[in-house]
Amino acid sequence: MSTTPADETSELSLRYHEGPDTVAWALETSDDDQPYAQLGLRDDEYAKIRQILGRRPTQSELAMYSIMWSEHCSYKSSKVHLRQFAEKAPSSDRLLAGMGENAGVVKISDDLAVTFKVESHNHPSFVEPYQGAATGVGGIVRDILAMGARPIAVMDPLRFGAAEHPDTARVLPGIVAGIGGYGNCLGLPNIGGELVFDPCYQGNPLVNALCIGVLPADRLQRKEADGPGNIVVLMGAKTGRDGIGGVSVLASATFDDESEHRRPSVQVGDPFTEKLLIEACLELYDRQLIVGVQDLGGAGLTCALTETSAAAGTGMRIDLNAVPLREPSMEPHEVLASESQERMLLIVAPDRLAEVLTVAKKWGVIATPIGRVTPAAEPETGRLIVTWNGEVVVDVPPESLADDGPVYNRPMREPGDLILLQADRAETLPRPKTPDELRETLLRLAASPNLCDKTWVTEQYDRYVQGNTVLAQPEDAGVLRLDDHSGLGIALSTDGNGRYARLDPGEGAKLALAEAYRNVATTGAVPVAVTNCLNFGSPEDPAVMWQFAEAVRGLADGCAELGIPVTGGNVSFYNSTGAAAINPTPVVGVLGVIGDVANRVPMGVRQDGDILVLLGETREEISGSEWAWVTHGHLGGRPPKVNLVRERILANVLTSAAKLGHLSAAHDVSEGGLAQTLVECCTRQDTGVTVALPDDLDAFVALFSETTARALVAVPRKHEKAFQALCREHGLPQTTIGVVDAQQRALEVRGQFTIPLDELKAAWSGTLPALFAAGDAAGAADATVAPGSATDPE
Amino acid sequence: MTARIGVVTFPGSLDDQDAARAIGLGGATPVALWHANADLYGVDAVILPGGFSYGDYLRCGAIARFSAVMESVAKAAGDGLPVLGICNGFQTLCEAHLLPGALTRNQNLHFRNRAQWLRVESTSTVWTSGLTQGQEILIPLKSGEGCYVADASTLDALEAEGRVVARYTRDNPNGSQRDIAAVRNEAGNVVGIMPHPEHAVEALTGPSTDGLGFFTSVVAHLGAVV
Repeated sequence: MSTTPADETSELSLRYHEGPDTVAWALETSDDDQPYAQLGLRDDEYAKIRQILGRRPTQSELAMYSIMWSEHCSYKSSKVHLRQFAEKAPSSDRLLAGMGENAGVVKISDDLAVTFKVESHNHPSFVEPYQGAATGVGGIVRDILAMGARPIAVMDPLRFGAAEHPDTARVLPGIVAGIGGYGNCLGLPNIGGELVFDPCYQGNPLVNALCIGVLPADRLQRKEADGPGNIVVLMGAKTGRDGIGGVSVLASATFDDESEHRRPSVQVGDPFTEKLLIEACLELYDRQLIVGVQDLGGAGLTCALTETSAAAGTGMRIDLNAVPLREPSMEPHEVLASESQERMLLIVAPDRLAEVLTVAKKWGVIATPIGRVTPAAEPETGRLIVTWNGEVVVDVPPESLADDGPVYNRPMREPGDLILLQADRAETLPRPKTPDELRETLLRLAASPNLCDKTWVTEQYDRYVQGNTVLAQPEDAGVLRLDDHSGLGIALSTDGNGRYARLDPGEGAKLALAEAYRNVATTGAVPVAVTNCLNFGSPEDPAVMWQFAEAVRGLADGCAELGIPVTGGNVSFYNSTGAAAINPTPVVGVLGVIGDVANRVPMGVRQDGDILVLLGETREEISGSEWAWVTHGHLGGRPPKVNLVRERILANVLTSAAKLGHLSAAHDVSEGGLAQTLVECCTRQDTGVTVALPDDLDAFVALFSETTARALVAVPRKHEKAFQALCREHGLPQTTIGVVDAQQRALEVRGQFTIPLDELKAAWSGTLPALFAAGDAAGAADATVAPGSATDPE
Repeated sequence: MTARIGVVTFPGSLDDQDAARAIGLGGATPVALWHANADLYGVDAVILPGGFSYGDYLRCGAIARFSAVMESVAKAAGDGLPVLGICNGFQTLCEAHLLPGALTRNQNLHFRNRAQWLRVESTSTVWTSGLTQGQEILIPLKSGEGCYVADASTLDALEAEGRVVARYTRDNPNGSQRDIAAVRNEAGNVVGIMPHPEHAVEALTGPSTDGLGFFTSVVAHLGAVV
């Protein structure tokens, strides 16, 4: 039987026979050996803790330092690089809160602000798919809630191993059910995300969760535990033994054979409690009953107590016995480290306490005063003091945990195989030539796991709840209405391509940014801000660290060039199985604003006779493409070239044209090339098109190249001249390539091939049900209709 | 004076705001009702909205059924108050025995969200009187436990008495017996429906505006009565 983290810490406690380790006892036994290495601390880190405290840490303090100084909480390997996001950030008068807060807050009108963030829950979701994914949603929702916002939607960028691998069939259904189970029960529409398969994620799937919230700009909440004498209140679920060591054990170490035994480190979610917690918090905010608020996520109480007091420069005195427990036998270090879900920490003025407790009671949520804020001055001197059964078990300067963790400048080296990999270009691979071969290639790609219909997954998520979803997946971006009267709304897209980033991490990060930016603009929204989730292998591997540094540099430079700031994000290291790291996978989320959601542009063509215009230029860029992977299992060469100047022009044209009503549909060109764009434009509303490929391009390149800064738009004939003039005015290349043909119900590429829509849809939509719906009794779904796509029932 | 239609909020209700919006679009005034308060404030009709009341612990709707407000709703329904239960509200009406049958786990075991075609089977309810018999409507469905079941004699009776209000058509999404999507009580004032008409009231956010008919129907009925 292997040792679980819980066992490790219990062994610890056995060393002290007189009950929990206290500060007094630590002073007496300062030379005792402590098992810091088992908790993930290095020799020099442990020495620094002893130096800070002037004695050995107690068992509780050791647990606290080990989790707060873990990679996950301290960003010790990434900090030196992440600074670029702030240093290179373009100036923005929209930003109300940025990096370092629970989530960035962006002002979108005189009185409304939006907050959004994406986070990883990769390792827990591999160990226990349902709960791991569910609590990933729960955690990011509380981050948004802590800023003062009502959460209004979620998105889920997901990456799995090979689609046909048996373990993918184990983790995928559970993860999808977990995301749906939690988000649906909270009443949060799921408006987008990604579903990507690649063997590099086989032992380490990526479960990223994004949440977006909206708040009146003057309701922004602070985490500072200001005001000595104020009461510290813990609100929400009782504290249990679940999730102890989640951040240090699961999120900050590489997976190995022991990983399966780490299930006790995964938290268990209760979305019903979270829903009540949301409503209770919002009522507290609206009635201005609290001074500060912080969510409890990774590192639980430890993180919340130290961050709130460190931010305010105050201290705290906490009576740990007051914390409501699920298991009365819990010890102080377990209470401090527990990652039990659905909890928030409130800072409350004494004269408001009764009202706060009444609000909590109304919503059926437990709220308990557990201590008070103490002054920075003598005699408390701003220390966090925690007592248990009347004895002091923790006495630390909170900033030493929250802010002054170790910072590493890890060694970096370009991966040894990169030169060879980049030399192995996909442009030299044998290509389909005849019309029949091209036709077969298009169908094969459309049916491939990364490009096929994702309905089997997305129909497990509620996209209608709250009644403001204007566009949702598979549209280019999710679009939400925020104001019923003005129609003000937002658009959001997340993108990332690990294969591109493997070939060139810096350009790969820019490509992810460019695609998300383009997707937002395609719906008619103006991109304004960025969040990111950086999924990488072990930072202790110099090759991974190099990839990380390159990606951060690329993303920071790209944001500067596009003029939109990074507002927050998350780093997930140690995504590797044994020595094999995942492809570097920066996932980028871009937020856009749309003045009136009635002007949003959907992706599906439907209006007979509209002309189809391809915006941008197509070059021969096949390396890293979906075609190279699907037909040759090939990854090599350099990814498509990034052209952010052109992306900006394209976005300007798309958003202006949307406002002027020039577009009846628009869809970006990305993975799978123009061929896949056509497939998705046709299947969406079950409407055919006839196109002719440009004469000056090889048909294969025209169909399957993944050149960036392109989009396909449908323009009603009466807008044709005005739209073309708009493109010329902006200097955007445009090529009219065809027409919407509602009569023939087929995708026709003139002179090449014709594919009836029924055949196309059968190929495109059959893949996921065949892989994952073996147990489903009811028939396969045929739902291509979604919000905002009101169709004539006839 | 416009009709006043109550929307009950239970802990865990999710589509209450959407129901209120639909009531407004249908021409009535929404009135918020609270699960712990038995007072119906003299409303002319009540909607039990979708969601996961009390976390759907035990069984969907099983705990909501015992709330203070439900005692009043059950009594008023007996006196002819129009009541519409949507999704979780339908489950609650079945648990409260205001409607026959039960909603069980979808046959494919997954939560399923889609724009679903229904065929209107009965217009002799206050909630569907403005629709047309046999009309096909496109309404969002979003549920994990939407499989309608009842014993054969109950189903036969429902059919014989014309109490099947709507059926799934083109495809049965959850395995419901006889494709049943909505049923009514004997009097026709209480209707339970699994799909969400309140999410098909605006072209901008719904797959259609076919759901609006449920709200305009009851408003017309109340207008005629009041």
